[in-house]
Amino acid sequence: MEYFLQLFSSGLTRGSIYALIALGYTMVYGIIQLINFAHGEIYMIGAFVALIVSGVLTIYGFSGASILVFAAVVAVIYAAAYGYTLERIAYRPLRGAPRLSPLISAIGMSIFLQNYVLLAQTPDFLPFPALIPEFEFIEPLAHIIGSAELVILTVSTISMIALTALIKYSRIGKAMRATQQDMHMARLVGIDVDRVISVTFVIGSVLAAIGGVLVGSYIGQINFYIGFMAGIKAFTAAVLGGIGNIPGAVLGGLVLGLSEAFAAGYISSAYEDVFAFGVLVLILILRPAGLLGRAVKQKV
Amino acid sequence: MKLLSHSAKLFITFLFAILALNSGCSQEEQPGAPQPAAQGEQATSESSRTADGGSGTTAKSARAESIIIGVAGPHTGDLAPYGIPTMEALEMLAVEVNNSGGLLGRPVTLLAMDDQCKPEIATNVATNLVSRGASIVIGHICSGATKAALGIYKEADVVAISPSATNPPLTMDGEYPNFFRTIAPDDKQGQLAAEFVTDTLGAKKIAILHDKGDYGKGFADYAQLAFEEAGQAEVVLYEGVTPGAMDYSAVIQKIRREGAEAVVFGGYHPEASKLVGQMKKKRLDIPFIGPDGIKGDGFLDIAGLNAEGVYATGPKDVSTFPLNQKIRQAYIDTYGKEPGTFFDQGVAAWQAALNAIQVAGTTEYAAVSKALKTSRVETTVGQIKFDQHGDAEGVGFSVYQVQNGVFVQVQ
Repeated sequence: MEYFLQLFSSGLTRGSIYALIALGYTMVYGIIQLINFAHGEIYMIGAFVALIVSGVLTIYGFSGASILVFAAVVAVIYAAAYGYTLERIAYRPLRGAPRLSPLISAIGMSIFLQNYVLLAQTPDFLPFPALIPEFEFIEPLAHIIGSAELVILTVSTISMIALTALIKYSRIGKAMRATQQDMHMARLVGIDVDRVISVTFVIGSVLAAIGGVLVGSYIGQINFYIGFMAGIKAFTAAVLGGIGNIPGAVLGGLVLGLSEAFAAGYISSAYEDVFAFGVLVLILILRPAGLLGRAVKQKV
Repeated sequence: MKLLSHSAKLFITFLFAILALNSGCSQEEQPGAPQPAAQGEQATSESSRTADGGSGTTAKSARAESIIIGVAGPHTGDLAPYGIPTMEALEMLAVEVNNSGGLLGRPVTLLAMDDQCKPEIATNVATNLVSRGASIVIGHICSGATKAALGIYKEADVVAISPSATNPPLTMDGEYPNFFRTIAPDDKQGQLAAEFVTDTLGAKKIAILHDKGDYGKGFADYAQLAFEEAGQAEVVLYEGVTPGAMDYSAVIQKIRREGAEAVVFGGYHPEASKLVGQMKKKRLDIPFIGPDGIKGDGFLDIAGLNAEGVYATGPKDVSTFPLNQKIRQAYIDTYGKEPGTFFDQGVAAWQAALNAIQVAGTTEYAAVSKALKTSRVETTVGQIKFDQHGDAEGVGFSVYQVQNGVFVQVQ
């Protein structure tokens, strides 16, 4: 039972990171039907900014939790700027173009950002300081969940609740929902659609950057390539939950994370990816639109 | 169609013939090769590669009775950095030997040939060396090329000593009794790790992890084999982990559940740092040992404090031996640069070869091969002698441990 709970907490932790990143994919897709392949790179840039900021702060003698908060804030602002710029230069000019064009543009931006960080920083792995403070747990809890995991779970839960509240109750959230339902109609009733799309990219980037900072200090190392695998996994999670559906992305992330952890724990960690993608295939066979997705009628 | 394939065959044959000729000729007269300074006075000697010593003897008569030693390896192409240090060092040492009276009273002639690490060229090189009467060959460098050439040397009763071919079966499968090497084979590292874990650390239950790559899995497999053969410890977990995965906590919980007392990991430093970091977070306090892929500054940097106490196997440090320092300095004085990869092993192969001929008193195959296996010799990689398979005893890996942020040799 303890072993099961250990695997459960491990799966929940990585699942919530997947969910954080998947939200960015799914929100963008929900509004402009674009798979933003450069999203994983925003996550990576968030982690890099946090690393640089925490390095500077350490020199100035700050400590522990204050560095984490400050580095995360700077990373979030920086990543948001990247997300906004990305949309502005790579996707907005292609708004009326066939759907394939922005997709190619997204892949191009992903390659560009990876190589930019590779050249501007380093191709090697960099050590990431353990910013999340360690605190003691009482047995038997200590063997099941660590402080880093608890912080990751808490922060991602808060982020997701905040996002839900934003979309449900705020003016911009209402505008986002309207744009998602019908972009032309939204424009007709006076919603600045371009601004809504920009905001969507910014929100997605903020979540990705939070994920980057958390993962960086959880596993203690980053390099320019970490966004790729995280992006693929998060994209899988978004599809699993039904792309375009926000609760679906969260559910998809958790399902993916848990199935990986249990596959690693009970079968073999050599096959955790096989198992994770196997779950994806299975769910798509049974529910082609994803767990919570609704089938959209194609107008021919 | 038929015609085409026929002419294509012809063309390929033709191409190979040209390549063979090329690799044979170009090496003999390579004019651009750097000449050791000490050889200046011999510029009149016929071939630039023959380092005939005694100033009195004419090149012709010296050649008639000289001992010919072949040097085969990549001297051009992208793998050339692995072959050139050995070739250059041997050119320098041949001059030295000839200046001090030669070997068995006969001058030594070096015959360097380029195999580009390609098996198909290596067979040509081998045939060429054999037909020119080489009595011993230092080489080849790459395992694949070595394997291709060995059959030809075996037929001709020529001993080959490689400074760098680490593929274990080359010596272990017993097919080539004429093959020797001055570098430890790949499996020795896994064996050493296994021995260290059971004998020194006293662990009875072992978890073996690897990164699913050739290098990492190879190390893990050899370690597993060693554990099974020794029978002192039980491998309770053998598993691949996915490089670049976000977290390894599931596999770490598994190690704990299986009750492992030590972790043997095959792979490189990014995964190793992640594993030791998460082991610490999960309070799994058992020894961790990896191969030379983690023994470096990269691991120390990334793993930071988590690296403390981690074990790694790595090549023995030979740079402190006085003989090694002396020859290294001579090389730097002659060529004006630091010697490159396999320099130590290349020079050691040369020293072992010369010693064997000296001890045997002849260049005849049976006597030389026996001398290699019986006579201990002081070399740049320490005092060595070859075992019945042809692997050098006394050469190999050591175990290091991270202590206060540096790798310290512990065994």
